[in-house]
Amino acid sequence: MAAPFEKYLEPLAIEGERDIVSARERVRDAARGLGFSAVELTLLATAVSEIARNIIEYAGHGTISLRLSDSGRNPGIEVVAEDRGPGIENIELALQDGYSTRRSLGMGLPGARRLVDEFQIESTVGKGTRVILRKWKTSTKAA
Amino acid sequence: MEVPILKQGEYLIASVQVALSDQDLLALQQRLSALTGTQEVRGVVIDVTVLDVLDSYAVRILRMISEVLALRGARTIIAGIQPEVALAMVRLGLGLEGVETALDLEDAMEKIARRGKSRSPEGRSTWPPLSRNT
Repeated sequence: MAAPFEKYLEPLAIEGERDIVSARERVRDAARGLGFSAVELTLLATAVSEIARNIIEYAGHGTISLRLSDSGRNPGIEVVAEDRGPGIENIELALQDGYSTRRSLGMGLPGARRLVDEFQIESTVGKGTRVILRKWKTSTKAA
Repeated sequence: MEVPILKQGEYLIASVQVALSDQDLLALQQRLSALTGTQEVRGVVIDVTVLDVLDSYAVRILRMISEVLALRGARTIIAGIQPEVALAMVRLGLGLEGVETALDLEDAMEKIARRGKSRSPEGRSTWPPLSRNT
C-alpha cells in the first residue's frame, strides 16, 4: 500500500492568473523529482492548472500545497488546493461535465478528477473549498 | 510575455516561446484577430511545440481564434501539440474539433503549400508568388 505523504512543501499563494502557470511548474518539478514519467507529469500539471484556475475564478485567491511520498515502492504526490471563497453549494453538480457558473467550460473539477488517481473535495458555503488530488508514479487508474 | 508573430507570405506564424498565462493567450487572440483584419492574411499557424500544458482555458482560446478567423475566411493551423499534451487533453475531455492541426511547423508549412497550389487555378494569386521571369 502507499506510504504516507511525509514531505510537505511550502504552500504556493494563488493570487492571480500568473500563479496558475507557477503552480503547474512547481508541481511538475516536484513530481519530476519523484521520477514521474512525462505523461504522468503532464496529466498532473494539467489537473493543477484546472484547480488553480478554479481558485482564481471562484474565490479570487487561495493556496496550493504539495505533499510528497517518497519512501514507499510507489512514490506519490498530493496536491491540496484551498480557498476561503464562497464555497460550492452542490458539489455533485459542480463535478458534472459542462457545469459551470462562470465563463469556463465547466471542465475544471470534473476534468481534473479524470487526470489523477484520487480526488477529494470538501466545501462549506460561505467558508471555502478544499480540493485534494493524489497521483502515484505508477498510476493506479487505467489510462 | 508577447508571442512573436511573423508574416510568411499570406500567413502569420505565431511561435509560442514560453508557457502562456491566460492574459498572454487572450492577447494573442486579440493580436491575431487585429492582424488578419488589417493585412492580407489567408491564415495563421500557431506553433505550440514548447507548451507542456494545454488546459481548458488554452483550448478555449485556440478554438476561439480558429472560429473568429474562419468567419473572416482565414485558416488556422495548430502545430506541434506534444503527445503527452494530446493525451491530457483527451482525458480532460477537450478536443479541437474542426480546428486544423499539424505535427510541427514544417508539416504546417507543407499543408499550406499543398493547399495553396490546389486552390489556385491559373490567373489567381498563388503562394508562394509566381515570378514572371521564370
